[in-house]
Amino acid sequence: MELLRSLIKSRKFLIGTSIFLALLLTSLIFPLVNSSDPLEMVGLLYEPPSAEHVLGTDNFGRDVLIEFIYGMKTSIFVGLVAGLIATLIGTTIGVIAGYVGRLTDNILNSTTNLFLVIPSFVILILLSSSLKSRSLLFLAIIIGITSWPWTARAVRAQTSSLRTREHINMAKLNGMNNFEIMLSEILPYVSSYIFMAFVLQVASGILSEAGLSMLGLGPSDVVSLGTMLSWALLYEAVRTGAWWAFFPPTIGISLITFSLLYMNTGMDEIFNPRLRGE
Amino acid sequence: MQSGKGEILFPIFCFSKSRKDGRELSPYFKYILGKLKWYVLIFFAALFLNFFLPRLIPGNPISALVAQMAGGGASSDVLNKLYNSYIHEFGLDHPWYVQFIDYVVKVFHGDLGTSFSLYPTKVNTILAQALPWTIALQVPSILLGWILGNILGALAAYKKGKFDGTLFPITLFVSSIPYFCFAIILLYLFGVILNILPIGGGYSMALTPTFSIVFLTDALKHYLLPFLSLLLVIIGGQAIGMREMSIYELNTDYVRYAKLLGVSDKKIIRYVFKNAMLPQITGLSISLGTMVGGALITEIVFSYPGIGTWLFNAIRQQDYPLIQGGTLVITISVLLANFLIDIVYGIVDPRIRASQLEE
Repeated sequence: MELLRSLIKSRKFLIGTSIFLALLLTSLIFPLVNSSDPLEMVGLLYEPPSAEHVLGTDNFGRDVLIEFIYGMKTSIFVGLVAGLIATLIGTTIGVIAGYVGRLTDNILNSTTNLFLVIPSFVILILLSSSLKSRSLLFLAIIIGITSWPWTARAVRAQTSSLRTREHINMAKLNGMNNFEIMLSEILPYVSSYIFMAFVLQVASGILSEAGLSMLGLGPSDVVSLGTMLSWALLYEAVRTGAWWAFFPPTIGISLITFSLLYMNTGMDEIFNPRLRGE
Repeated sequence: MQSGKGEILFPIFCFSKSRKDGRELSPYFKYILGKLKWYVLIFFAALFLNFFLPRLIPGNPISALVAQMAGGGASSDVLNKLYNSYIHEFGLDHPWYVQFIDYVVKVFHGDLGTSFSLYPTKVNTILAQALPWTIALQVPSILLGWILGNILGALAAYKKGKFDGTLFPITLFVSSIPYFCFAIILLYLFGVILNILPIGGGYSMALTPTFSIVFLTDALKHYLLPFLSLLLVIIGGQAIGMREMSIYELNTDYVRYAKLLGVSDKKIIRYVFKNAMLPQITGLSISLGTMVGGALITEIVFSYPGIGTWLFNAIRQQDYPLIQGGTLVITISVLLANFLIDIVYGIVDPRIRASQLEE
């Protein structure tokens, strides 16, 4: 509660959160009000914005506005699922490595560093290029599985600094086993870092999906902001001046990542008072 | 931590004095050797992933490929022949460990197989043509972006007030725009609306790559937009990290103490900059993979003739050897760059130097 109150005081956190929530709610509520299919062709190739199609049509003659809102939903979904998976794996590995130490730490930490150095998008390309059709969930899962090392690294550093604290020794004396200690004596203390890492993971998950879609490895069953961009490029929207086809997804992706990063900066300043630099 | 960071106050070039004789390895050399062993291990892990991951996915890429290659009218006899020749070329008729050893041997001979889409061109030939473009685009933009970003970030942290207040949100917004989105905006603005820069490619179609003035100026014109779009976003990202590190350093006890002693601001900034720099070097090595990935996708926006564009084409045509060759070259480049960063870090980090003094 205390934490929540101080978070609300941070302007950066508030601005970031409101932008993100506004985008999320729009993408969730709009489909309830307007039931048009985003993949339905309603016009000709690259029709400029008009009263009927507020953001014009794309290369398939689909309504860009409807596509954009569904695409945003897709992108946020991928980000959240990938972020959740990455945070779960990263936290587990980070806490165990940081708390248990010794050989376990050595092995887990080396593995983490290994996957930090091998570019994750290479692994993503190798995995997804072997599949002819890719579901959204598949993409979200593989993005999550390849992006945990960041979180593991941050959580491990925090955990190992907690390891020798008094309250942990007390817990040991009280006969708690390692699992209980990690769950009740370590996790609560690193939870703020975990949440911050989660927010960053959501942003990077959205970017990964967009990047994969740009390479032509996007989801084959739904529209995402990345696939919209990819089509716009492939069908020369930029060079023919059809700005309405590529501007909305560009702004959309940028706005989502910006809101998440701003949220993260706000939290960082609350949790690390030294950063406030008064 | 605190005392460790303070050690940077010592003059930089105090190492190598401590070496008593040549028999024992210097700690720096030991450090490099340790890193080298580590990177060799990662290299093999990467080779294994590159080999193993595409095989992990169920389904047979070869048969899909043969069907696609043969197109419509081929007879089943021809298809069978094609299928068998591919099975044989991939060595798919052997157990997986034999295939893996075979693959490693081939890689060490510099043989990455034959491209499907540009049969019978070798994958090495295609990648060797593309790599210089990618290196020429990425190395300068990442290095310059890193340096400028760090200077800007340190300045923002130090000046605070209006400079920081206006610059920070702008930088944060710019850096949160993905590379390729920024690239699209720049392309539209300068290439289409203002029509002052070329809208794609590495050079004009009419020219052939030579080292003539005409070609170089033409290539430079094509270079400007992709370069700028990478540079600006990288500057933004680095400035934010450096700003944070510098603010953190400015609030430490040693800075307060130095201020109390009346040390000049200029000198304090130098100390702060040096100390905040170390995590930034580590940061560069960690985020390098992401940067390279973003830059490769930026190539697609400009149809720049580098690895990224080739990868894009290879994926569209399901040219598996070219995809795998491309990802391998990218991984090796990132590993090499990281190793170089580690070497530099070993020279700059006072803690590694200090361990030398203790010997």
